Amino acid sequence: MLQRLLSKDLPRSRWLAALLLVLFLGLAFAPFLFPGVKALNVAAKILIFVALVASFDLLLGYTGIVSFAHTMFFGIGAYGVAISLSSVEEASWSAIIVGVLAALLVSVLLSLLIGLFSLRVRAIFFAMITLAVASAFLTLASQLSEFTGGEDGLTFRVPELLSPGFMLREDPLVLPWAEVDLNGRLITYYLIFVSVVAIFLTLLRIVNSPFGRVLQAIRENDFRAEALGYRTVVYRTLSNVLSALFATLAGCLLALWLRYNGPDTSLSFEIMLDILLIVVIGGMGTLYGALIGSVLFVVAQSYLQDLLRLIGEATAGIPLLPALFTPDRWLLWLGLLFVLSVYYFPTGIVGKLRERAVLARLKELR
Amino acid sequence: MTSLKDLDWKPMALVPLLALAALPAVGSPSTWLTLTVAGLAMGMIVFIIASGLTLVFGLMDVLNFGHGVFIALGAFVATTVLASMGSYTAADSLWLNLLALLPAMLVAMAVAGALGLVFERFIIRPVYGMHLKQILITMGGMIIGEEMIKVIWGPEQIPLPLPEAMRGAVLLGDAAVEKYRLVAVLVGTAVFAAMVWTLNRTKVGLLIRAGVQDREMVESLGYRIKRLFVGVFVAGSALAGLGGVMWGLYQQSVIPQMGAQVNVLIFIVIIIGGLGSTLGALIGALLVGLMANYTGFLVPKVALFSNIALMVAILLWRPQGVYPVTSR
Amino acid sequence: MSEVLLKLEGVHTHIGAYHILHGVDLVVPKGQLTMLLGRNGAGKTTTLRTIMGLWHASQGRITLAGQDITARQTPDIATSGVAYVPESMGIFSDLSVRENLLLAARSARTLDDIDTDRLEWIFGLFPAMKKFWNHPAGKLSGGQKQMLAVSRAIVEPRQLLLIDEPSKGLAPAIIQNMIAAFRELKAAQTTILLVEQNFNFARQLGDSVAVMDDGRVVHSGSMAELAADESLQSKLLGLSLGAHQ
Repeated sequence: MLQRLLSKDLPRSRWLAALLLVLFLGLAFAPFLFPGVKALNVAAKILIFVALVASFDLLLGYTGIVSFAHTMFFGIGAYGVAISLSSVEEASWSAIIVGVLAALLVSVLLSLLIGLFSLRVRAIFFAMITLAVASAFLTLASQLSEFTGGEDGLTFRVPELLSPGFMLREDPLVLPWAEVDLNGRLITYYLIFVSVVAIFLTLLRIVNSPFGRVLQAIRENDFRAEALGYRTVVYRTLSNVLSALFATLAGCLLALWLRYNGPDTSLSFEIMLDILLIVVIGGMGTLYGALIGSVLFVVAQSYLQDLLRLIGEATAGIPLLPALFTPDRWLLWLGLLFVLSVYYFPTGIVGKLRERAVLARLKELR
Repeated sequence: MTSLKDLDWKPMALVPLLALAALPAVGSPSTWLTLTVAGLAMGMIVFIIASGLTLVFGLMDVLNFGHGVFIALGAFVATTVLASMGSYTAADSLWLNLLALLPAMLVAMAVAGALGLVFERFIIRPVYGMHLKQILITMGGMIIGEEMIKVIWGPEQIPLPLPEAMRGAVLLGDAAVEKYRLVAVLVGTAVFAAMVWTLNRTKVGLLIRAGVQDREMVESLGYRIKRLFVGVFVAGSALAGLGGVMWGLYQQSVIPQMGAQVNVLIFIVIIIGGLGSTLGALIGALLVGLMANYTGFLVPKVALFSNIALMVAILLWRPQGVYPVTSR
Repeated sequence: MSEVLLKLEGVHTHIGAYHILHGVDLVVPKGQLTMLLGRNGAGKTTTLRTIMGLWHASQGRITLAGQDITARQTPDIATSGVAYVPESMGIFSDLSVRENLLLAARSARTLDDIDTDRLEWIFGLFPAMKKFWNHPAGKLSGGQKQMLAVSRAIVEPRQLLLIDEPSKGLAPAIIQNMIAAFRELKAAQTTILLVEQNFNFARQLGDSVAVMDDGRVVHSGSMAELAADESLQSKLLGLSLGAHQ
């Protein structure tokens, strides 16, 4: 049954399977295992990144397309929910649904447009065009302030069930290591959890279907795929649209969690880089890489910044070093890590673990 | 180059066409003149930056998504050089100003070129032929570069004031045309002329033009084109550095993110122009510059979109850009 | 037995996963025109490209004038005196005829430097070159492009010319032009290795011949011998020469 659930795309490595299980359980029980507002925020961020990066992996890892417009769709989802909930008197579920549907519609149209137009040109053109479009969208979001709240963004309320004030039970749940408030945040967290799991399993289904296999064939050799009779433009566009749709959903979840959205929370270039880094380190074309990479990245982000601060303070006297080792320069180290990963770690963590498993099996056969 | 009657003149006509089309929209001829000069100046600066990138792609099929880092570096280096020559820039004499500006430009070009050498060796060379990795790695390289600029110069915006004698405007009839913009047009034209001369009147230029068309054949004729490529890459980086200085002076300030910002503009330009074509890059740059200034005046909110709309329109006419390089 | 200029011994070439050349043994005598014949897919073009270093031999040895050039890079092989005219001609269409020739004349430092005697000779062989001197090469007809490609190979003296199917797609009158040009080259003692499918063309020019099939040389000897033996021709080349006119 597990096989069917995972669409027969198994980890294929004992270590990988163990790691995935641990991460899954950790996220499933996060509110209870790691109580506190900050930890829950981290967990929710991880979940949203998993959905965002996995949908990007469909496009990059499986279809071989580089698109810088992914954060644009993320932003469309977030703004969809934000605008919808900001424009109603009383935050309601129907407002959320309207927001989500509107965002999905806009994303479908935009991704279709971009796909059909740009995928007829070379891959390099496509990458550049998506970069241009995403930049334009970012500017647009900041400028249409009446609509989007401009630079300041939109703050809004969520339905009662999801709001922090809502209590499932008056008294908190008492555990040996902490007390956990059973409030709206908890409910929101599980809404996100269930949605992300559903998105992930759907993506697994898609990449392991005949459609997914054609995508991979196109990634490997598009001339050949075309020669075999597959209209590559159609497949690529579909992949583009699907990827955009799931990114949009991730954005909707983000807005629900933060109860706020602005240009920097969902549209910034830094998020695009984070996605690229996670997908490369986790492992392109594996989907599981999105899970591992997201956890690693989000956790590292907080701790690395603390580490940088420590080193910066320790090297206070030496010229230039403190400027290198400050948490503000987090991106510098991220960038270095990224470049090194692309060179030396092209298959990512998942790839490496699977390679080891294969080698181990070969040794046994000898 | 090719003889006159063989020249494909249609794309070149786009520039005056756009300018003329804007005239009725703008209304007043003097405002139009100001905007047009501003557009041409901006276009020239963008051309200086884009020309290197398009040749690099045309010659060696390498797309450097990190080209922006050379722009930013050039601009920041210029701030340091010009700051140290305060007495020259404060003087109200054009000659003294130039004595400060020229070294600033040369140093910026040298530093950017040196970084280009390092970039080519460590970032680009390991990924020849792998487009996906090139895109990822050069982006990464740009992030690292941008952060290093923040480390050296700080993350804040730094003002880059124009030297005294280049400030202000001259009056051409009713129109106020900024002096610096005229300077930019002159410099841009000089760079273009130098490029055209090199490409058409020297053997190196011949090699580059041939290499852009058919790299393998050039090697079969006995030329080590890989060495040529390093040279072109360094030259392209140096030009980007020069462009950065000029852009910084145009904006009168520099920020570390300027590389990433101008990057998008350059991509639009070389897509319009056709990857590998210098003349195409010039036309693309002038169109983009003019468009940005006209829409900035007429309908400010759609400025960036106007460039994308322009790009879409051109691609619908010629999907490979206005001057596609023939063999691809 | 004249001196050997180019020798291939047991050369294998792989392109990706495909094993194209399965041990090619070939000898090209100096000062002669050697024909490399065979049907489509026999490996003739691959052989030329391997000699030129565009594809690297995975096994075997290639010697040019006694020097081992098997692992050399293409530009170095070219500077050792080898000129290559590919099947696709390799014309730079945006460059003028003059610029194409200039590029091929390696010793020319400036743009006016080509040896005028040599140029006159080329103009004599191929008058179209003079006529279209400043025109972009892309505007030439197919036959003229072919002539330009050959002109590039001879604009300076070279030890060895590798030419791939020069008569392909050309009108019979132009082919005669080509044959005359090659005859002159032969008279000038140039060593040529020429790939052809047109046996009639081959027969008129070749001194020696090597026939390839399935990535190997299956017959080598003098052209006269092959031309006289019709049964051998049909055995090696499949169809009678009438079909190749």
